[in-house]
Amino acid sequence: MRTFRIGGIHPKENKFSAGKKIQIMPVPKQVAIPLAHYIGSPSEAVVKKGDMVKVGQLIGQANGFISAHVHASVSGKVNKIDVQLDASGYKRPAVFIDVDGDEWVETIDRSTDIIRECHLSKAEIVAKVQAAGIVGLGGATFPAHVKLSPPPGKKAEVLIINAVECESYLTCDHQLMMEHPEEILIGVSIIMKALEVEKAIIGIENNKKDAIDLLTKHVKAYKGISVEALQVRYPQGGEKQLIDALISRQVPSGRIPVEVGAVVQNVGTTYAIYEAVQKNKPMIERVLTVTGKDAPNPSNFRVRIGTFLSEIVETAGGVPENTGKIVGGGPMMGRSLMNLQMPTAKGSSGIVFIRNEEAVRKPVKNCIRCSKCVTVCPMGLEPFLLMAQSERNMWPEMEVNRTMDCIECGSCSYTCPSNRPLLDYIRFGKTTVGGIIRNRTAK
Amino acid sequence: MSKLIISPAPHIHSGDSVSKNMVGVIIAMVPALLASLYFFGMGALIVTVTAIVACVLFEYLIQKFILKEETSIADGSAAVTGLLLAFNLPSNLPLWIILIGALVAIGVGKMSFGGLGNNPFNPALVGRVFLLISFPVQMTSWPVVEPLSMQYTDAATGATVLSMIKMGGQTLPSIMDMFLGKMSGSIGEVSAVALLIGLVYMLWKKIITWHIPVSILLTVAVFAGILHWANPETYANPVVHLLSGGLMLGAIFMATDYVTSPMNPKGMLIYGVGIGALTVVIRSWGAYPEGVSFAILIMNGFTPLINYYVKPKRFGEKPAK
Repeated sequence: MRTFRIGGIHPKENKFSAGKKIQIMPVPKQVAIPLAHYIGSPSEAVVKKGDMVKVGQLIGQANGFISAHVHASVSGKVNKIDVQLDASGYKRPAVFIDVDGDEWVETIDRSTDIIRECHLSKAEIVAKVQAAGIVGLGGATFPAHVKLSPPPGKKAEVLIINAVECESYLTCDHQLMMEHPEEILIGVSIIMKALEVEKAIIGIENNKKDAIDLLTKHVKAYKGISVEALQVRYPQGGEKQLIDALISRQVPSGRIPVEVGAVVQNVGTTYAIYEAVQKNKPMIERVLTVTGKDAPNPSNFRVRIGTFLSEIVETAGGVPENTGKIVGGGPMMGRSLMNLQMPTAKGSSGIVFIRNEEAVRKPVKNCIRCSKCVTVCPMGLEPFLLMAQSERNMWPEMEVNRTMDCIECGSCSYTCPSNRPLLDYIRFGKTTVGGIIRNRTAK
Repeated sequence: MSKLIISPAPHIHSGDSVSKNMVGVIIAMVPALLASLYFFGMGALIVTVTAIVACVLFEYLIQKFILKEETSIADGSAAVTGLLLAFNLPSNLPLWIILIGALVAIGVGKMSFGGLGNNPFNPALVGRVFLLISFPVQMTSWPVVEPLSMQYTDAATGATVLSMIKMGGQTLPSIMDMFLGKMSGSIGEVSAVALLIGLVYMLWKKIITWHIPVSILLTVAVFAGILHWANPETYANPVVHLLSGGLMLGAIFMATDYVTSPMNPKGMLIYGVGIGALTVVIRSWGAYPEGVSFAILIMNGFTPLINYYVKPKRFGEKPAK
């Protein structure tokens, strides 16, 4: 079975919500739809206080090419446009809407019929994806239309669908595949058409055998698409790792996937692209997992963007007694949340309750030079060395030792027997070194 | 739920710890220890217990009274050093010499550099080589095998296989006896089979990787094999080289010490080849019959240089086909 060739770990999977049907989260009383994205510039509000909006109506205009439109996920009255604390830990702009009924924009096809035929041109598909405000749902929320428009002179050869879901606990992608296999495959064909590629591979880790079987069964009807089972290994969902695992090509340092002929899209994004192109539905909802070792009811929900996390958690049975930390996203790369009074963003893939005893980091000891961090680093870096250099402000040395290649997967910190905060220091170094590099190239 | 913890990712940990690794190493040494208790009896027990207790005690005393810092004996690394030191000593060594060895190992070899993780040389080997140079007679009079013997310093002594080869004209034990450990030697080095069981355990538990032990043993086999093939009269058979002296112990437990060995597979191979080659050179042409300890200490010295110049295989270094 294929997998990536350098490093990697295998944390306990803890997929408690696997196989749980996606529940429709009821429309809340109020939403706060974030205008800022994890990557790219924030969108600009095009509605004002007091405006009445319908579900699917544009409320935030993309600001530049690497940015995405934002749409109303509910119908009702704009209460205010204000800052709102989000998972980043900062207060950022959001549109607050008081819900009134559930009236949708007329062009959106709300039926469950599967629309197979797509006669749109490449440019029309990209335009529809852009208009729908679709971003990558894997976590980085990179605008999808950008990936569908490779830079001039670069040609994609193969489309890779990231259905790996390598983070422990999360099951939203898994369950989406179980419930919408055909829509996903139609989505894949649409992206293939937009990229003008003949070949697409869907990479799924082997702990989701039912999804592999289901997609394999349906995929026969689609030309050029194949399903590949992958050995379970974190961080296989990293773009560079997944390309290496599936087509044995390694994207060189500082380059983008299309330079080795690959474009990667997350499976959830693929489903959203299907809905945008075939159903005219902008990105107004997503699937999200609520889970944890003590979670009363680990579940998968389809929620409207902007729904406060507290309401979702309430529906899922509340916060368990023994919770010391709540993670937004997966436990390896997610962010610890200050509270649950923050809205669901396009990139929110899960809410994970971490027990008190796991939430507190163990005391840091001396580096015993066991080299386990080097063994697990999927980029072939030396985390122990980068941390030591970061502690000593040795920025040029960090650059030489390729700190900018770090994908921040956290495998080093996860593995370290001395509990050293390797990634914390490397991240700090990356920020500084990144600034130095930008200054140098600006001159 | 009232107070949520905020910290950067990752939010989970493997649960691995320094003490888990140290306990793993100790478990891996148990077969060799049992073999030794059988072959050398009471002496092996006294020397082993003394060395472990002394190393742990010296580390505690140094941290408490000289460095005035929190003690770290609970991590198990001092116990590992003590056990490894004992493995490198003959089972009839007087107590006071063991105490000096433990003091040098922990005091000079480890704590003077800042404790665990900071020592450039393997502490147990620092102690052992110090004793070898200071007390050459006591350190090279090896008890002969006497299963479950009750004797300690008064045990009858004999020559090791390597000194027999150095002196020449003597009958070596059979290969099978050498493999099982029925021969004179240091406490932990005699039984190749017990040491190999320890190696398999450490590989299984992912405490170490194969690179260092395999590269050392392979280098010795090839290098000694070439010498033997060129001149079988003077140079011993490579199988004898592999099974005699401290080679197995050195390759499996001493050279693989985390702190003093290189940090990536390529570096580990260079280090292992260096140790293997130096061992054969010292054994064949040096003044001492055995050279594993010196070879490891010399390559410990090269470790920072290896780490500086030899980098792991980077992702995307060359576009793979």
